[in-house]
Amino acid sequence: MNTLEFLKYLSNSTSVSGYEENISEYIVNTFKEYSDDIDYDKLGSVIAIKRGTNNVSNLKIMLAAHMDEIGLMVKDFDDSGTIRFTSVGGIDPRTLVAQEVIVHGKREVFGVIGTKPPHLQDSSDSDKAFEMDDLYIDIGYDKKTVKELICIGDIITINREFTELQGNSVTGKALDDKAGVATMLQCAKELKKLNHQADVYFVSTIQEEVGTRGAITSTYKINPDIGIAIDVGFGKTPELDKADSIEMKKGPAITLGGNIHPTLRQKLIEVAEEYNIPYQIEVESGPTGTDARSMQISMAGVPCLLISLPLRYMHTTVETINMDDIKNSGNLIARFISEITSDNLEGYLCY
Amino acid sequence: MLLKRLTEASGVSGNEKEVRDIIIEEIKDHVDNYEIDKIGNVIVYKKGNVKGPRLLIAAHMDEVGLMVSDIDDSGLIKFIPVGGIDKRILVSKRVKVGNKKIDGVIGAKPIHLQKAKERKNALDLKQLYVDIGTYSKEETEKLIKIGDYISFDSDFREFGDNLIKAKALDDRIGCALLIELLQTDNEFDIYGAFTVMEEVGLRGAGPAAFKIEPDIAIILEGTTCADLENSDTHLQATRLGEGPAISLMDRTTYFNKELRDLLIKVAHENNIKYQYRKTSVGGNDSGTIHLSKEGVKTATISVPCRNIHTPVSVINKSDYENAYNLLQASIKKILEGGIN
Repeated sequence: MNTLEFLKYLSNSTSVSGYEENISEYIVNTFKEYSDDIDYDKLGSVIAIKRGTNNVSNLKIMLAAHMDEIGLMVKDFDDSGTIRFTSVGGIDPRTLVAQEVIVHGKREVFGVIGTKPPHLQDSSDSDKAFEMDDLYIDIGYDKKTVKELICIGDIITINREFTELQGNSVTGKALDDKAGVATMLQCAKELKKLNHQADVYFVSTIQEEVGTRGAITSTYKINPDIGIAIDVGFGKTPELDKADSIEMKKGPAITLGGNIHPTLRQKLIEVAEEYNIPYQIEVESGPTGTDARSMQISMAGVPCLLISLPLRYMHTTVETINMDDIKNSGNLIARFISEITSDNLEGYLCY
Repeated sequence: MLLKRLTEASGVSGNEKEVRDIIIEEIKDHVDNYEIDKIGNVIVYKKGNVKGPRLLIAAHMDEVGLMVSDIDDSGLIKFIPVGGIDKRILVSKRVKVGNKKIDGVIGAKPIHLQKAKERKNALDLKQLYVDIGTYSKEETEKLIKIGDYISFDSDFREFGDNLIKAKALDDRIGCALLIELLQTDNEFDIYGAFTVMEEVGLRGAGPAAFKIEPDIAIILEGTTCADLENSDTHLQATRLGEGPAISLMDRTTYFNKELRDLLIKVAHENNIKYQYRKTSVGGNDSGTIHLSKEGVKTATISVPCRNIHTPVSVINKSDYENAYNLLQASIKKILEGGIN
């Protein structure tokens, strides 16, 4: 499976937090080719397991990337037939104005998010941001028909096709964190060429955007020796401080901070240098906003690493990422995994 | 489908070529004469049997959009608006840059890094830029030049109860009506003008009218519509599905009462749904046409358009059909001597 095609399918598909089952089967079918077993946790996280060789001590490395995406949810209907909504996950209402949407009702229904026309605006209005309550969805039917098609609680996604931009850059509505799932696929492909002792668990987690829930349950189930979260980081743009962001196409960002095991992370950096894989450093002092947050404190604790993929315009419908960063990240993780054995792990974990 | 072709073409004011080419291709076998004038308008004459007052039907080819104003060191593209755009609709959108239609995005700062109070303010145009996936000025400059036009990336789509979503419905809807009129064989003698640069100050229509010297002009438009969020009917400039809107006055014209009455009479006689355009904001090519030479009697027939000047403009197909019927029946009435 081509990693770009895989990402394209995932990005165009719907998997708003709580509704990830729409893409589970596709992920399972894709990972089957690169793994030995498929399993699930009870909330729906997908676990593809690739067995290691001579893994007598049952060494387990868990990768986690979340397969859920942010979205909207139907809240109410107006007499004019328009739909009011709330967000699932963190969304800036300013990014929703004049968007096309798909309301996932009895069938998929196309609509647009309406705007206030100029003749109803004061001149001062245009400097004021729209709030969620100002916005409504127009699906072009009267209220009676709307209610036949759609229920309160139905989810809504932005209608946005994945597209390739210049120089291996791509854009889509939900690259956070489907790019992470694609990175796991890249890693699985690379691992096929390498020897590794550990059993590798590729976990596509659910409900990260609403509280890293799938990471909690899947980590408990697996009880790994090492947990590696793969998520997106803030790609540098002019409005971001250099210190708050990472550079596009400069390789995976290896995160430092309390959430990350310090000596294991040092090993990861050594691997990057040994294999000439570009990398950069991201700093997060406390718990990160990723699956690593939950993995680290699962059961009696799990040593964690976090790989951040540089991504611009996070949580907008025009997220962009560079495929080179996905490739380098997947390859780095694969190389790292192949170097870990039950004999050397204790040394890498030594404080 | 004609309206699909017209709306998916790029024609930001000053760069109407793509739209003009489609129009000429559509009309050339159906008219007696057509020419592109000195500033890019398409001027058309279609001879009929009935000679009445000299009648001009006008629609503008251009649409609102953006123009490249700078390329920064990291390859990002700064832009200025072309025509009236609410800057708030630009955030988190896809665009096409330049004649090669390079895909780009207008992004925004991640919500995670915003302070709550930042979200109270609209992002200013100066804060926005287009990203085409390049990371250096050199890479971008290979593909894009300062001055290139940028248009919204939005396809034509039918949805809901007889509705259409597209960009540039203002005023490809008028272009489509005029094309359809010219493609139909009828007895009327008419002039047509597909004008340039309406959105940046009604620039094209004046020279077109000067050349044609009409006695009467009907302007075909897409117009603002606010029928969803206000219960006060006086604030609803137009309503979707209630028929073409006939203008009373706007910022640029006090429309000719005799001509307006004729349109309404025709609508009643032919049982054609219509409505009044109940706002005086905005303006259209009538503003320059009615002041051409010694003056021209003008009327505007508009198709109501929700979310006008955004990538997700919406019209009702029945309004289009009623606008066409009203236009055709009114022309007949005018040329049969309905206006002195």
